[in-house]
Amino acid sequence: MRYTFDTSEVDSGRRGFTLGVAALGGLSVAPGIFLYHSASAKPADQPVSNKQRWGMLVNTNVCQEDCSACVTACNEENGLWSLGRPATDAQWIRKLNVKDRQTGHVTSLPMMCQHCEHPPCVDVCPTKASFRREDGIVLVNKHTCIGCRYCMMACPYKARSFIHEPLYEQLPHSPRGKGCVESCTLCVHKVDRGDNNTACAEACAKDGHEALVFGDLNDPHSEISRLLEKHGGSQIRADLGLNTGVRYQGI
Amino acid sequence: MESVRFSSVDARSVQYWLLLGALALTALVGYLAAHHMDVEGHHITGMNNQVVWGFPHVVAVFLIVAASGSLNVASISSVFGKIDYKPLARLSGLLAIALLVGGLIILVLDLGRPDRLIVAMTVYNFKSIFAWNIFLYIGFIVVTFVYLWMMMERKMNRFVKPAGFIAFIWRLILTTGTGSIFGFLVARQAYDAAIMAPLFIIMSFAFGLAVFLLVLQASYAGTGRPLGDAILRKLKILLGIFVAAVLYFVLAYHLTNLYATEHHGVEHFVLIGGGVYTFLFWFVQVFAGCVVPLVLIFIKPFSQSRHMVSVASLLVIVGGMAQLYVIIIGGQAYPLVLFPGMEESSSFFDGVVAQYAPSIFEILLGAGGICLALAIVTVGIAVLEFLPESLSDKALKLESATT
Repeated sequence: MRYTFDTSEVDSGRRGFTLGVAALGGLSVAPGIFLYHSASAKPADQPVSNKQRWGMLVNTNVCQEDCSACVTACNEENGLWSLGRPATDAQWIRKLNVKDRQTGHVTSLPMMCQHCEHPPCVDVCPTKASFRREDGIVLVNKHTCIGCRYCMMACPYKARSFIHEPLYEQLPHSPRGKGCVESCTLCVHKVDRGDNNTACAEACAKDGHEALVFGDLNDPHSEISRLLEKHGGSQIRADLGLNTGVRYQGI
Repeated sequence: MESVRFSSVDARSVQYWLLLGALALTALVGYLAAHHMDVEGHHITGMNNQVVWGFPHVVAVFLIVAASGSLNVASISSVFGKIDYKPLARLSGLLAIALLVGGLIILVLDLGRPDRLIVAMTVYNFKSIFAWNIFLYIGFIVVTFVYLWMMMERKMNRFVKPAGFIAFIWRLILTTGTGSIFGFLVARQAYDAAIMAPLFIIMSFAFGLAVFLLVLQASYAGTGRPLGDAILRKLKILLGIFVAAVLYFVLAYHLTNLYATEHHGVEHFVLIGGGVYTFLFWFVQVFAGCVVPLVLIFIKPFSQSRHMVSVASLLVIVGGMAQLYVIIIGGQAYPLVLFPGMEESSSFFDGVVAQYAPSIFEILLGAGGICLALAIVTVGIAVLEFLPESLSDKALKLESATT
């Protein structure tokens, strides 16, 4: 018996089925690949621990006054944009120029949440919405922040912003909301997925300045620890005894 | 004291309803203003990322401070045994609760997320003086309610003294908590001072008594009840002493700051170069709010006029608002010092004096809170027997003769 095949007509049902299986297979494997990737840092079901203390080193000697790549990168990474109202626009990181009145010497540096070991914002928050993770990252829980702004009064670094208007099209990894306070998260979403870097530090390196080094202050072999051991680093408002996670060289 | 007859005021008059209607309407407008702020976000106010607490906080803190102070009149009679003040104790308690409620409503409505009040009521960080204050404020209302009950229920009269004592201690702790909101801010040049707590306590004595005096005179004039010179004179002299004490504490605060070079910047800002803040400090707070009331209270011929008591009280209130404006808003307008001795500049207003002017919404919210407090008093004196039928010299003398 001879079978003949009509090749001029595609079996659309079978093709659809095959494509569907392929798509389903892809979808089921893709998260696995993603999970495998993040597992290199910390499994998602594991709590953060105090074995790490994430921090940042800023070398002001190589930070360029006319460069704001870190600011742009932070804004893009976290979905911050200007509404044309500078007094109320959120800024998680800003370029600060510091001029010595005596000598006229100007130092340019990025200023952001200093991720203190003893954060005044956490002390004063009535609802524990401001909190410090075990790994040293200071965050705001957007579900329990009541928008009292006491943390903004308490922060010695002016690192926090209040959201003064309704926001739309936020990024899933960077939830923000009207009536809450927010600040630099040290790119916690990147840290938790194992990137081991922040958007600002990546942008600074990409521009060839390498003024920002992110890393684990508790790991003596990390680049940040080695640089701090070799060249030292100072804290801004060290007199307050807050033991900041962000350290500066050249100030 | 048994001879003093208390009665509720007659709420059937047109004037009463006009007053209550105007107060309720203003409170409603205040609420609507706050609702608009909530929907649109705080960008429609004068507040920003530099001045995060604005005019609503000035009014709210004033009302909270005045609330604890207005209870002093009751404390003087129950705790310190000054029997002449006893007829005033009930109004003192009512006013204390009303002012506190008005202040708290403003604070809540000015939150970024007022809908999350339940979070603030259920999750506490006990290292935060704010969290402590939530307990202190609610506790104050409860303690003062119980105190009023002991005063107004004949069977419970024997517990007035312990209830009054607890209320007095509570109010001292409460105002310590309010002052410490600022005293505990380690990083700000204008705050971070232990004197904030006692300063706020003495401010509460003066502001609370000034509000009490105005409400007392208005309610007696409005109801046609006699208010004698003798009791007014006693209260007036007390007000003068409190105002002088406020001036002393302000002097001590600034002298201490002036001695330390690190504070010269903020002192120069407030005392000389701060524009509106300097004006408010010297002309409204010190001159109109302290010096003029002292003259009106203690210097003849002003001190012989009853009307001058009202004027002095009003000036103390205006001066008090100015004082809190300078402390709260001036303290934020002065730039945060990240690098002492250096000049700072950025796109985030580092190193420059922050701009702030209250928006109409903030003013309406503040006015709404004040009117809510006064509306509570207006309803209270019509529903329960808060006011003695007579505070004439004769009635009070008669009473001291019988007790």
